[in-house]
Amino acid sequence: MPTSPYEFLDLVVIGAGPGGLAGAVTAADLGKRCVLLDGGHSTGGQYYRHPAPGLGAARPDRLHHGWSVYTGLAERLAEHERAGRVEFRGGHHVWALERTDEGFTVHATRGPDAGDRVAVRARAVLLATGAYERQLPFPGWTLPGVVTAGGAQAMLKSGLVLPGQRIVVAGSGPLLLAAASSLVTAGARVPAVVEATGYLAYARRPHVVAAVPAKLVEGAGHGTALLRHRVRPRLRSAVVEAHGTDRVTGVTVARLDADWRPKPGTERRIDCDAIAVGHGLLPQIDLATELGADTLAGPDGAVALAVDAGMRTSVPGLWSAGETNGVGGADLAIAEGELAAHDLAGAEPKRSLRRRRARLRAFADLMAAAHRPGPGWTGWLRPDTDVCRCEEVPVAKVREAVEELGAGDPRTVKLLTRAGMGWCQGRMCGPAVACLSAGSGSAASESGAGVGAAGPDRRPFGCPVPLSQLAAGEPDA
Amino acid sequence: MRRRTPAGLVGAEPGPAHHIVFDGRAVPALSGQSIAAALWADGVLAWRTTRFGGRPRGVFCGIGACFDCLATVDGRANQRTCLVPAEPGTVVTTQEGHGRADLAV
Repeated sequence: MPTSPYEFLDLVVIGAGPGGLAGAVTAADLGKRCVLLDGGHSTGGQYYRHPAPGLGAARPDRLHHGWSVYTGLAERLAEHERAGRVEFRGGHHVWALERTDEGFTVHATRGPDAGDRVAVRARAVLLATGAYERQLPFPGWTLPGVVTAGGAQAMLKSGLVLPGQRIVVAGSGPLLLAAASSLVTAGARVPAVVEATGYLAYARRPHVVAAVPAKLVEGAGHGTALLRHRVRPRLRSAVVEAHGTDRVTGVTVARLDADWRPKPGTERRIDCDAIAVGHGLLPQIDLATELGADTLAGPDGAVALAVDAGMRTSVPGLWSAGETNGVGGADLAIAEGELAAHDLAGAEPKRSLRRRRARLRAFADLMAAAHRPGPGWTGWLRPDTDVCRCEEVPVAKVREAVEELGAGDPRTVKLLTRAGMGWCQGRMCGPAVACLSAGSGSAASESGAGVGAAGPDRRPFGCPVPLSQLAAGEPDA
Repeated sequence: MRRRTPAGLVGAEPGPAHHIVFDGRAVPALSGQSIAAALWADGVLAWRTTRFGGRPRGVFCGIGACFDCLATVDGRANQRTCLVPAEPGTVVTTQEGHGRADLAV
């Protein structure tokens, strides 16, 4: 396949996780020429993240649910690559989409220090950039040894390493069970899985759950692994403090009320040398929102792209598959990748594919609603708890901006405190700042929203770009 | 019973370990591991101090989104160690603050 800077493709797929992989190979099946870009060096994304070849892992499937689905997609990709229909380009960090008369220019960096600038042109773009974890701060969450649940998974799956020997898993959402089950299977002890909700919401909509039997099997698999290692989930509870000076040595866990407010007198201390924490996932949609794509807030308060039945966004020529349309897992992402490929190729998908997507999307909505953070979580914060990890902005500074300086929205809080202005561009502190910006007694907090639905994040650059590259202009202009 | 390990779980047979240098000390690393993974395997969780509080930090998100795992790598400051592969002889230095003290006037 030509790699000249003047190449013009049918399709660029951004993100080589389940949705992007399925989209690329299906589009190629339907005769489209495409390039598949990813920041990582191999395909699979976060869900199918696997050990580098140098680690010589004979059984990577033991860290994965549905590994054969991935290998099937990877084989189809390899076949299309040999035939010159698809090209996978790893190590490409896309920082902007630009609309042109013919379609899009996709701007990316690659190499150490993001030193090379790349532009790829195509008639259409399929966005499959996945998600990152939603974090809610708590006292001690910046201590070394406190890692995200997905981060613990990622480091285990790719590097075969653990952050400690006794790992408390905490937060909310199905990822906690997956993380805990892989950590114990890999040899860690997990003294507690601490889940803020009670799983009751699933039982209230049994028909939605029963329509996706594979999800039950997956959940039962994690449950069995945890039972075998005598790990019992603590429901309606949260880690309200991590202890330690230079690294974590223990946690305090407390029971929560229905609004996630810690109940005084229920605190218990648990010794550990690491914590894996997360509160669900947030769609990574900056590249599309910068083009003005329509969004909507999901049942968990997370902002996702609005798409039609063909996975078309409101931006002409831009399709989206998987977590970017609302977090729902790998099977849903694959179905949406296939649907998007059919739609952009003008082909009619099987009706069973549409039905499958509808069932999985209904389950995803149920899951999102069940794990939506309650407004009481701010009850475990202290004035000196850092909200913004990058800029080291404590709760007291954010509250001062809201209560004394009159800031009424996250953007004003950011301008006054620098919360969200650091390296991660608010990806870690965004939900917390949005919630604290709403203040107490405001409409947002009374509506029961534990995370502010302040509209989509806007980030002109999807990832850091050296100024020297911007100054140099287009690589081939 | 032999203690379970991640490598044992996936039947990994990595080649012999090479070494990176962390703050002047040799740390073993396996082919394909990131710098952060090699440091975790050695029991090291922090390799940066923050700009204002001077507090220790290491990996948080593990996927390149949070920038907490920054370190100085082969003389280049602010490298995300969860993304940078550990190559034989890579020199990793604990990064203090923004890592650009050499630029101070």
